[in-house]
Amino acid sequence: MELVKPAFGLTFWMVLAFLIVLFLLTKFAWKPILNALNERDKSIEDALNAAIKAKDEMANLKADNEKLLAEARQERDKILKEARVTKDNIINEARDKATAEADRLLILAREGIHNEKMAAITDLKNQVALLSVEIAEKIMKQQLADDGKQKALVADLLKDVKMN
Amino acid sequence: MKNLNIRILISAILLWLVPFISFAQETHDSLNTATHESVESAEFDAGKMIMDHISDAHGWHLWGETEIPLPIIVYSSDRGLSVFSSGRFHHGHSTYNGYMLKEQKIVAVDEMEETDAHHATINESVTANLYDFSITKNVFALIVSIILMIWIFTSVAKSYKTRPNQAPKGLQSLIEPLIVFVRDDVAKSSIGPKYQKYMPYLLTAFFFIWINNMLGLIPLIPGGANLTGNIAITMSLAVMTLLITVFSANKNYWVHIFAMPGVPVWVLVLLTPIEILGLFLRPFVLMIRLFANMAAGHIIALSFVSLIFIFGEMSAGVGMGVGVVSLIFMIFMTFLELLVAFLQAYVFTLLSAIYIGAAVEEHHHDAEHHDAKVEEALII
Repeated sequence: MELVKPAFGLTFWMVLAFLIVLFLLTKFAWKPILNALNERDKSIEDALNAAIKAKDEMANLKADNEKLLAEARQERDKILKEARVTKDNIINEARDKATAEADRLLILAREGIHNEKMAAITDLKNQVALLSVEIAEKIMKQQLADDGKQKALVADLLKDVKMN
Repeated sequence: MKNLNIRILISAILLWLVPFISFAQETHDSLNTATHESVESAEFDAGKMIMDHISDAHGWHLWGETEIPLPIIVYSSDRGLSVFSSGRFHHGHSTYNGYMLKEQKIVAVDEMEETDAHHATINESVTANLYDFSITKNVFALIVSIILMIWIFTSVAKSYKTRPNQAPKGLQSLIEPLIVFVRDDVAKSSIGPKYQKYMPYLLTAFFFIWINNMLGLIPLIPGGANLTGNIAITMSLAVMTLLITVFSANKNYWVHIFAMPGVPVWVLVLLTPIEILGLFLRPFVLMIRLFANMAAGHIIALSFVSLIFIFGEMSAGVGMGVGVVSLIFMIFMTFLELLVAFLQAYVFTLLSAIYIGAAVEEHHHDAEHHDAKVEEALII
């Protein structure tokens, strides 16, 4: 039967055509396509892996951040505490120094005042003595203006001397 | 992708309608000529018509007496090479250059000058040493299909180059799932880690069979040739699978064929011939399955057409009525054939991959499981 008897010519052309197609498509279609598909599969896989890695990194980063934040908070508290102590110290020191200075100044002032007072008193005494002498002189001059009075005075003075 | 598929479906259905017109004209012509020529019978011979349509031919019959002549290339050890158009034969009515057409086969005749074919004497000794390399209807369809394949797949490959690492687009998105399907579900699962080496053959075979099956469904030139339903084509494909299997087979495979381990010698006497037979039987079944499926599809479709004309000869009214029913059946059959076109390409590729897989398999812990798989595959 003709139908199930392979024709020589058609078999020849078929083998030739198929091998040509196989060769051409392998070189220009199958290899580039399969490589591109593999590459795309790989790039998708890489992207997924990168996403997972990025997620992990994000989690790590967040943990690190929290740790850093906690540390920073601690540090801040410590610094604040130290600052408070320092501030108190400075204030206390300043107060002490001020008190001491004030005391010293007071003492000095008091001494000064005392000295001034003494000087003033001495000066006043001298002034008073001088004034007294002057007044006495003036009185004496007036009283000794006439002879009678001079004599009376001398007599008086002499009387005193006698009594001594 | 969906749109493209639907478009392909619709075009296939529309193109089915074409043979009605051409057949109608053909019978009309033959009825007219029958009154003038007693040689041609007025009776519509469905069997002959179907066989003519599914067989190869030296010209592309279009309608009535119109056909596209195709090149005849004949080599004879006695007469050398001769190349001429099949139109010279005048539909088998005349000889040319010492050759004539006898039932679509080229035979040598004694008369070297152009004479009436009906009175020529066949030269048996020259005919016996005749090699017919003619570009027949099937060879022409083959050339068209390989040009189509090269165009489709190089353009798809180009889109991978121009748009690397991006989602497929256009024709690429129709082809890519099929390539991935062949890679993952056919090659990887049947051959295993060495699948990459066999991918080009499997892909080429798959798309060659599928595209030609589909082209066979289109009754317009250059489709409509019964290429994958031709034994020469399926034989060539099956032999290629056999050769790949035999040449890539490892020691393990041959040991299992010639001396199945763990089997007594007296059983081997029986088993080894069966295994050797199986080696050739598998590609033989591959050849027959594809041939029979595709030829049967064409025969069924043509039978429905024939029904119209057989009943039409009885009475025009009955012919019309049967025509409507036939049309519905033909549309149904076309859908079925679209499925079969893909299925047969898949089955051929899958079985080739399983046979290659059996040949390159390294470990045999799951020998039983695997044999069961092959046997199961043989049944399909």
